[in-house]
Amino acid sequence: MQQIIRALLVSLWFMFLTFPILVIKVDTINDIIVWRWMNALYIGAGVLLLQALWHAWKHVHALRKEDRDRDAVAWAVLVCLPVLWLAWIATRNTDKPLHVADKVFMILVAPLWLVDFLRSPQDRQPDWHDWPCMILFPPSLLVRAYLGLFRARGEAVSIPGVEHPNLLQTMLENQKAMRPLYLLLLVLAVCYPQMVEFYQTNIMVNFMIWIVLGLGLNIVIGLAGLLDLGFVAFYAVGAYAYALLNHHFGLSFWYVLPIGMVFGAVCGLLLGYPVLRLRGDYLAIVTLGFGEIIRLVLENWSSFTHGPSGISNIDRPPFVTDLSIMQATEYMYYIMLGLLLMTIFVVTRLKNSRIGRAWLALKEDEIACQAMGIDKTKTKLTAFALGATWAGLVGVVFAAKTTFINPMSFTLMESIIILSIVVVGGMGSIPGVITGALVLILVPEWLRGVEEYRMLAFGAFMVMVMVFRPQGLVSARRKVYQYDKAKAVNAHE
Amino acid sequence: MGRPDWSQGAGGGPFPGIYFKRVGTMDYFLELFFGGLTRGSIYALIALGYTMVYGIIELINFAHGEIYMIGAFTGLIVAGVLGTLGFPMLGILFVALACAVIWSAAYGYTVEKIAYKPLRNAPRLSPLISAIGMSIFLQNYVLLAQTSDFLPFPKLTPDFAFMEPLRSFVSTSELFIIGSTLLVCVALTLFIKYTRLGKAMRATAQNRKMAMLVGVKVDKVISATFVIGSALAAVGGVLIASHIGQINFYFGFIAGVKAFTAAVLGGIGSVPGAMLGGLILGWTEAFATGYVSSDYEDVFAFALLVLILIFRPEGILGKDSTQKV
Amino acid sequence: MKARWMLNVLAVLVVAVLAAGCGGESKEEASSGGEAPQGEIILGVPGAHSGDLASYGLPTVNAAELVVEKINAEGGVLGRTVRVVAQDDECKPEKATNAATKLLSEGVHVVLGHICSGATKAALPIYTETRIVCMSPSATNPPLTQSGDYPNFFRTIAADDAQARLGVDFAKQLGLKSIAVIHDKGDYGKGFATFARDFVEADPELSVALFEGVTPGAVDYSAVVQKIKNSGAEGVIFGGYHPEASKIVSQMRKKDLDIPFISDDGVKDDTFIKVAGEYAEGVYASGPRDFSSNPLYHVALEAHKAKFGTDPGAFYYEAYSAALALLNAIEKAGSTDYDAVVNALRTEDVDTPVGKIKFDAKGDAEGVGFSMYQVQDGQYVELK
Repeated sequence: MQQIIRALLVSLWFMFLTFPILVIKVDTINDIIVWRWMNALYIGAGVLLLQALWHAWKHVHALRKEDRDRDAVAWAVLVCLPVLWLAWIATRNTDKPLHVADKVFMILVAPLWLVDFLRSPQDRQPDWHDWPCMILFPPSLLVRAYLGLFRARGEAVSIPGVEHPNLLQTMLENQKAMRPLYLLLLVLAVCYPQMVEFYQTNIMVNFMIWIVLGLGLNIVIGLAGLLDLGFVAFYAVGAYAYALLNHHFGLSFWYVLPIGMVFGAVCGLLLGYPVLRLRGDYLAIVTLGFGEIIRLVLENWSSFTHGPSGISNIDRPPFVTDLSIMQATEYMYYIMLGLLLMTIFVVTRLKNSRIGRAWLALKEDEIACQAMGIDKTKTKLTAFALGATWAGLVGVVFAAKTTFINPMSFTLMESIIILSIVVVGGMGSIPGVITGALVLILVPEWLRGVEEYRMLAFGAFMVMVMVFRPQGLVSARRKVYQYDKAKAVNAHE
Repeated sequence: MGRPDWSQGAGGGPFPGIYFKRVGTMDYFLELFFGGLTRGSIYALIALGYTMVYGIIELINFAHGEIYMIGAFTGLIVAGVLGTLGFPMLGILFVALACAVIWSAAYGYTVEKIAYKPLRNAPRLSPLISAIGMSIFLQNYVLLAQTSDFLPFPKLTPDFAFMEPLRSFVSTSELFIIGSTLLVCVALTLFIKYTRLGKAMRATAQNRKMAMLVGVKVDKVISATFVIGSALAAVGGVLIASHIGQINFYFGFIAGVKAFTAAVLGGIGSVPGAMLGGLILGWTEAFATGYVSSDYEDVFAFALLVLILIFRPEGILGKDSTQKV
Repeated sequence: MKARWMLNVLAVLVVAVLAAGCGGESKEEASSGGEAPQGEIILGVPGAHSGDLASYGLPTVNAAELVVEKINAEGGVLGRTVRVVAQDDECKPEKATNAATKLLSEGVHVVLGHICSGATKAALPIYTETRIVCMSPSATNPPLTQSGDYPNFFRTIAADDAQARLGVDFAKQLGLKSIAVIHDKGDYGKGFATFARDFVEADPELSVALFEGVTPGAVDYSAVVQKIKNSGAEGVIFGGYHPEASKIVSQMRKKDLDIPFISDDGVKDDTFIKVAGEYAEGVYASGPRDFSSNPLYHVALEAHKAKFGTDPGAFYYEAYSAALALLNAIEKAGSTDYDAVVNALRTEDVDTPVGKIKFDAKGDAEGVGFSMYQVQDGQYVELK
């Protein structure tokens, strides 16, 4: 009873909160005031529904952890939605691609799946009585079933005192289980452009560009712990390097690709040097300022950069024969796939190298790090330079792909999105960055059907991920070196 | 082919058209000075709320600009409704201000509860992303609920007769902004220094755990900080929107970034610092526009910021906190 | 152990069923999107529908929807109904290519967009290659038509250079000698202003007192206004949109700077007058000729008021005209065939809110005369 009153109060609060903005629409151009009382009702009912769903989910989750009594109401609420949705799919009119029920499902149930997937503990096994679980949370079940095939060979060791891994992490750490998946993924990636439409290939190239950007920033933020809010500047440097060199000197894509990387690295050093002393948010604002300065120069120095009207007719990467635009995109896709694989390889090696460990140490504690004999200046500068290198690289790819660039593509918002990819995905983790780019770049692209609510959902999603998984979707797990006292003693003897 | 060759800057270089005519006159300097003062006061008014929130939980609250925008929108809506009922101008100003303050505070409180409170002990960047998400959400919420168009904002401040001779320097609405910035700055300083809540805020900002140990209800203090910061944002929102004369849903974003810059420039968490930071930023932009070119006003502002932070990494009035080992 | 194995199998089955459900759905989507059913004509409307430039992109969607509603109610085009497919590009080049390819996969027949010149330039190669007609209500960058690279591109708005010519000639007519040229650093405003500056410099009797960009969205423009005042300019030519224009004009008038203010189509918007209020009096702005005497203008205005309850936003009439022109061309061509539609656009006159128009070989509209307007008693009045 108390819960119901509380829920009602929360609903009332939100009705009050949204009252002026949602209910009254004032048009001061024509002096018209529209009262939309229904909106207040929708908000009230919607908030109530959300709360019911939330409580039901919490009940069910607790139930799966400990053997509590089954809560019929909770199950009913949670089961009803997907069942209704399935019924809807079966009966609906197929003319329109996306309908209200689909949107409701995507907004309400899909996040629950995701949350469940990322939070369900590994040791909890579903049993026969948990049939609603199977309907409700298929992704986690699927993963569990798959891992079951490999359990005998690759058992995850649980170490006391270390954060308990979630299902996804368990899977990623199970090398044997991942190998066939990686292979499958690679085969899929290679065949992808042959199987889908031009549009899908096109956005996939974009997606890969963002992954590489995220991987670059991941070095600066995720590994070295330097908050950079102006990362897009290096991306712009790469893109303009190719555009201008191509425009003035006709240099081709392949020559500029390494030049773009070098430009990026040099700019990283130039930015890194003056900000060596700054920490935390002071560093953030200075890098933000640097990013804005680069953009403003691009916008205002018209004689050099062509200003806001941009540079058009940039050459695509040359191929033996002339390509149509679709073939060119496909070609671009394979180039980008190659570059992406190279980036992942290099970044993985970097992460586990001497310098990678130095970055991590720097992130944890600067003073202790210096005490251990690590050169702080050199370590920070390499982080800036190596991070910016990748941005310069994909900047070149970006200019070649769109064949037109202007400063609109390099605003503060882009820096923020790259940062979000890294943090939402999970700082310091390469699969995390890929997941982050997937949910922040690819999913909004796929959701073009729900056009007007897209950005609203995007913002809400970022908040939700952070609230439920502050360390990111797929957070990095440090390698743990176990100290076994008995063994150590033995070794000494 | 299709390559425009008409985009030559006036001077050819990155700083074209450096401007010399009548530059030396005192009048011109004074005009720019007052222009910068207005602009700086606007930044400072937003930065004051910003720096409070910022100081207490060390979070770049990107949503602050959006709260400011919602405050202005609430003011607009209330003024629109009251306007049709035929209220007098000053009455509208006060009611609109009051409503804007109430709702902005409510939004600030709710945003803190939903997006920041669960993240108290999370990694440092998580609340930042949550704040960015909140900012995007609130922007699009207003865009969908209201309109994407620019809406005229009614002029709510009266014109004083005694201001007439000073017209080319300061207008009445500018005077309102400068005055309220000063007032808020003084009031806030006193509040933080002398009241119980203010002391609790300082304690929380210094060391949350210790504050909790000595009996400060940290959660309540943080909520109160958000409420006060948001209320200040609303005051700024209504006055500034009334001065500019138009708003749309994007009104808060740029202002938020500038206020953030001002707050950092002055030193995070320092109330006089935010004031000073805002003014310095305003003057830099005004003089850069006046003596060089407005093409590069932001470049000068950010370059100054970088310079100051390189020589004083804690901002102008920030406390030099040596890193704890 | 056995139970667990069976459980795994069951789990896989459940997921497979669900996946089939989803998969089935996506297939339906593909089939309804991939090849538009005969009898439906798809009008793509890409543009900025979110972000800071949304207020320039959304009116075009409204215009397209109103035109399509009206035409469908009258029986459609060639007996086929028309459907609007809007895609957001946020005025960013990379998003524009995404939007364009998305439209292609939806089987688009004609495109009404994009809004910004930059986005249009990025997307046009895709339309050109796939032979789809693209008509923008607002992309004013001259090379779009003048370079000859894009035979499929048309527009219902005058190019920057034409408008700048008009503005400069008008300033000369007013007897101004020294002119301050101000812009908003955007591709529209700066393009216009650059042409204006070049025309002024080319004219021996005129001189440029000041050429500067202001930061859009800034809280206050008094410094720039002081600078205009001190440059001794006798008039201001502004390139950009109405929000900045109204702020600059208000501050100019407040600082007793009563020199003529001449601007472009982005300012010739009733919102400007409402926002700037008394300060808008006397401002000049260029815009399509014969606006209010055109009956279709009132039809478009009333339709918007009836459906959305407000006055239309930026580029609404240009978009309304473009939608009419595109659909009329399909009607006249008798099919959605590319060559026939292009031919119809170039040869057939069509009545639109901006006048009776057809398009020249480059893609600019003929018959959209531009003339100068002045705000008099809170209304734009055409100067003849």
